[in-house]
Amino acid sequence: MDSDDRVFHDRTPGVEEYEPTASYLSYTAGLGLAILATIASFVVAQTNLLWPPGVPIGLIVLAFAQIGVHLVFFLHLGSGPESTNNIIALAFGLLIVFLVIAGSIWIIANLNWNMMDMPR
Amino acid sequence: MTVATLDFVPTELARGRGGGGPAPTRIVVAYGFWIFLLSDFVLFSALFAAYAVLSGNTAGGPTGAELFNLRSVFIETMCLLFSSYTCGLGALSAERRQPGRFLVFNALTLLLGAAFLIIESTEFAGMVSKGAGPSRSAFLSGFFTLVGTHGVHVTSGLIFLVYMMAQVVAKGLRAHVLHRLLCFSLFWHALDIIWVGVFTLVYLMGAR
Repeated sequence: MDSDDRVFHDRTPGVEEYEPTASYLSYTAGLGLAILATIASFVVAQTNLLWPPGVPIGLIVLAFAQIGVHLVFFLHLGSGPESTNNIIALAFGLLIVFLVIAGSIWIIANLNWNMMDMPR
Repeated sequence: MTVATLDFVPTELARGRGGGGPAPTRIVVAYGFWIFLLSDFVLFSALFAAYAVLSGNTAGGPTGAELFNLRSVFIETMCLLFSSYTCGLGALSAERRQPGRFLVFNALTLLLGAAFLIIESTEFAGMVSKGAGPSRSAFLSGFFTLVGTHGVHVTSGLIFLVYMMAQVVAKGLRAHVLHRLLCFSLFWHALDIIWVGVFTLVYLMGAR
């Protein structure tokens, strides 16, 4: 009956006991992975470890990897049902962020292209 | 009251998806704050776009490669990263009702955040004194707006943190204090995510 008592406990809906959602280990793992990604970014940017024209792409990949680590280990965005709404909202946010950044760069690059070689 | 008087048997606990009744307050509060953070990301995306577009327009002034000191950027990055870590450990201590550990971990968060701000403002002051202030070129306007807005967010995060530590001391780790603490943790971790974009796009790509 103990488990049933917990489910049918008479209380205000939405008020719950706090259960630890994460552990010291998960934060420490996140910290380790984030430090690795940071050091990799700084090394890639300052050395010729990567083929030089590919460095910006390498940096972007490392940045996305580190953002992923932060989302999972620090913000606890997981595959559980309580994360579903947050992930849908995040996906929409990323769409807007992508449209604003990529759209601006595209439009202004196009303008710069049309401004080139103007007769003076 | 016995179980038999209920005419339904929930097969799952509330998770905010309809089953098992209303979602726990913790999940609703975090969701609302998450929406705010996403709107903050959209704000930053406009500043990132402006910087990306203007970063080549130095108007004969200094370029990023001449101005940026990657060593201090690395120290700043580590300050923020470790402050995120101690903030997370503080949140764990709060969930486990350990106010002493909570205060110790978040005092560290406060120190690391303040160290980040001191390094950043020293960098800004050095640039302005070299004649590379925000009015020098479009590149520098974009730089100071983007990095400065992040700095303002860190400052408000520190004020938020002091306010939360005062609440924990005055009120203890009550349910509504824990919900506010959850919002603070989300805010602080989100700042670190923005900073990953800043050091990658502005400093590492700009210093090449």
